[in-house]
Amino acid sequence: MSFRRSLLGATLLTSVFAMPALAENTFNFAFQGSLKSLDPYSLNETFTLGTLGNVYEGLTRRDPELKIIPGLAESWEVVEPTRWRFHLRKGVKFHNGNDFTAADVVFSADRVRSEGSDLKTRIPADAKFEIVDDYTVDVVLSSPNPILHYEWDTWGIIDKEWAEANDSVRVTSASDQAATPISLQSNGTGAFKITKHDGGVNTTLVSNADWWNAANKKYNVDTVEFSTISSDATRVAALLSNEMDLVYPIPVQDIKRVESNATTAAMTGPELRTIFLGMDQKRDELLYSNIKGKNPFKDQRVREAFYHAIDIEAIKAKVMRNLSTPSSLMISPFMFENAAKIERLSYDPDVSKKLLEEAGYPDGFEVSMDCPNDRYVNDEAICQAVTAMLARVGVKVNLNAQPKAQYFAKVLASGGFDTSFYLLGWTPGSFDSWNVLSNLIGCRDDAGNGGMFNLGGYCNEDVDALTNQVLVESDPNKRLDLITQAYQILAAESGYIPLHQQGLAWGVADGVDLKQRADNVLMLYHVNKK
Amino acid sequence: MLAFIIRRLVQSIVVMLVVSLIAFIMFRFVGDPVDQMVGLETTLEERAKLREQLGLNDPLPVQFWHFVSKAAQGNLGISYQFKRPVLQMIGDRLPATLELSFVSALFALLAGIPMGVYTALRRESILSKLFLTISLIGISLPTFLIGIILIFIFAVHLQWLPSFGRGKVVDLGWWSTGFLTVSGLKALILPSITLGLFQMTLIMRLVRSEMMEVLRTDFIKFARARGLSNRAVHFGHALKNTMVPVITITGLQLGSIIAFAIITETVFQWPGMGLLFLQAVQNVDIPIMAAYLLLIAFLFVTINLIVDLLYVMVDPRIRIEGKEA
Repeated sequence: MSFRRSLLGATLLTSVFAMPALAENTFNFAFQGSLKSLDPYSLNETFTLGTLGNVYEGLTRRDPELKIIPGLAESWEVVEPTRWRFHLRKGVKFHNGNDFTAADVVFSADRVRSEGSDLKTRIPADAKFEIVDDYTVDVVLSSPNPILHYEWDTWGIIDKEWAEANDSVRVTSASDQAATPISLQSNGTGAFKITKHDGGVNTTLVSNADWWNAANKKYNVDTVEFSTISSDATRVAALLSNEMDLVYPIPVQDIKRVESNATTAAMTGPELRTIFLGMDQKRDELLYSNIKGKNPFKDQRVREAFYHAIDIEAIKAKVMRNLSTPSSLMISPFMFENAAKIERLSYDPDVSKKLLEEAGYPDGFEVSMDCPNDRYVNDEAICQAVTAMLARVGVKVNLNAQPKAQYFAKVLASGGFDTSFYLLGWTPGSFDSWNVLSNLIGCRDDAGNGGMFNLGGYCNEDVDALTNQVLVESDPNKRLDLITQAYQILAAESGYIPLHQQGLAWGVADGVDLKQRADNVLMLYHVNKK
Repeated sequence: MLAFIIRRLVQSIVVMLVVSLIAFIMFRFVGDPVDQMVGLETTLEERAKLREQLGLNDPLPVQFWHFVSKAAQGNLGISYQFKRPVLQMIGDRLPATLELSFVSALFALLAGIPMGVYTALRRESILSKLFLTISLIGISLPTFLIGIILIFIFAVHLQWLPSFGRGKVVDLGWWSTGFLTVSGLKALILPSITLGLFQMTLIMRLVRSEMMEVLRTDFIKFARARGLSNRAVHFGHALKNTMVPVITITGLQLGSIIAFAIITETVFQWPGMGLLFLQAVQNVDIPIMAAYLLLIAFLFVTINLIVDLLYVMVDPRIRIEGKEA
């Protein structure tokens, strides 16, 4: 009897002591922007796709160094140049318990290209998906495409059966009269499931014990609480007050404060986004300048003069507080192996003045500059610095800095490219140069067909020809060579003035271990908390 | 009385129509909603199609007519950004704003009236001078600065109170409340002080000057001559007579507390309507902006109506004049 009693006592005691081990390990993080709709195809934006990437998985994944690794497809091969074969992972279950099969892949491929989807560029419109067996899918293309799967990590697979049962086959669009279930709840295959979602406020995710990769899981958090904190000061305060384990981004001027605080640290690194200046080279007369009857930016000497006038090291030291990497390219060197072959024009105001004089502007001229003030890191301050630097060589810049909504409405195609000189940032979603070449450097017409984000209308037919070759060239070395040639032509003509890759700055509490990806995406399966 | 109410209701509808018309004219200048709705890689054709679907190509009077006729049926549209019915979203956010406004109005009254009375009665005491100094700060510092200062003292430094959000809320089905949990109550403290400080100052200064005015009048002298206690004179006669303007101001300010909660909500990331509105402005989410402005107009109109009715009850003179008219 007494033995029994002591056994009972011991059991009770163990259970009491076992309690802390069972305690939930909650990871709290805050980001500047918000998670709106949960439909994984309704917005092509890094934070939304990145966060939903913890819930919905693609056929591929990207590792912390952004290398493509297998996701829901265990492997794939190019059977012939226009036929890719994907071997799907077996034994994967959706959060509702349904099996993941080839039918789900085909369904998702149709859905991602359907009306209302913002991710249509993930798959060529005429690509056909064929089911070979339950765990093998063939993709048949009309022309070879070496980078077919580059963005497939952000195209998450949806359960066909669940979507059909829940009126979620169509992609939620703003012209709908009611929200679809898939925009309010989720059912993916990922390591985390969403249990509560209050759009624009907070979202709760819990660890998925049945994840296919649970046996090798490298994270120890059970619950993740995400909150939107849009005010910079409040976001930093929430970290310093120990309410948050991670907040991002941290304004560059607060990095020191986060570093000097005893229980937090700043995690910094280069981001993929390139910030650059563009000039209207298309119109015969600039819209906003005192020079009438001609367009000074059509003269290469003027563009070079602008380039030589920019003291990029000063911008780095003073405006970016050293959290930037000066760049000579329109793409991050991270995504282009021959980056060293192209160099920046030197900072030299004297050369700049001489070039302006040769071009026929000995006293400079006047031009307006469009600049966002809430889009990129210290965007307005960069523009102010550029304005001051150009003033030194005699060019009077009238700065027009506006919130992003007004800025983009003015300078993009919808506003008729209404700008003469502007600052813009670009990250190629595919991590590949073709995106940059076609969107930023390709010739365009007045409506914007062609290089839709080539706001200044730079145009060189040789570059366009190279871009078309890059699209279909399968040999990696030849492809790299074509890309390099295109960038060299652009640099030789000073078609753009690249400034820098801005930096990432995350504020992390002590005891939290995570991986910062250069695309500013947080994968929750890299998070460990003491 | 009925005729009075009906007349006011008709006026209210006109006011709201005018507000929504002005809002619609302004929306043309806030930016392009389509650029904010889609990712960078969306093609021009897709953008054009979306613009057509949303009716953004229609002439302004047509857009306005669509909005008003739908709004009259209780349909305020779907948010461009969240893809959810706007009415539902505002319904979700309304409790946060109302609870915050209610607590800060309560704070303004409960702190403002006693401070006003005290400073009127003991004009020379040190405490009075301290109150007046604090109130000067309350009036002269911008709200966001007060919010940030409070966050840095009480959240970052002392770590007593949370720096953002509502804490844990209890969902009652139709209302989410922060009143029932400790973290919810703690989260209310800093934002309500930030939001209520200006109103508190206003009420305190108003009570003080009114009170000083009333204390000089003959009927107070007579009350004293009758040998009434100080307490009865101050609170029974003087304070009661200062209340009419205080009610007007409090009523009108309640509207502005709700409307101007925008800044406080932004600083504290308080998930209310103001924050929703501000984010909508940044993202050119026209349905949310339109609905919010309409709602605020409705609120002001209703509050004014109630205040007018309260007058009639508090002040018998207005009642008598009303009858004669």
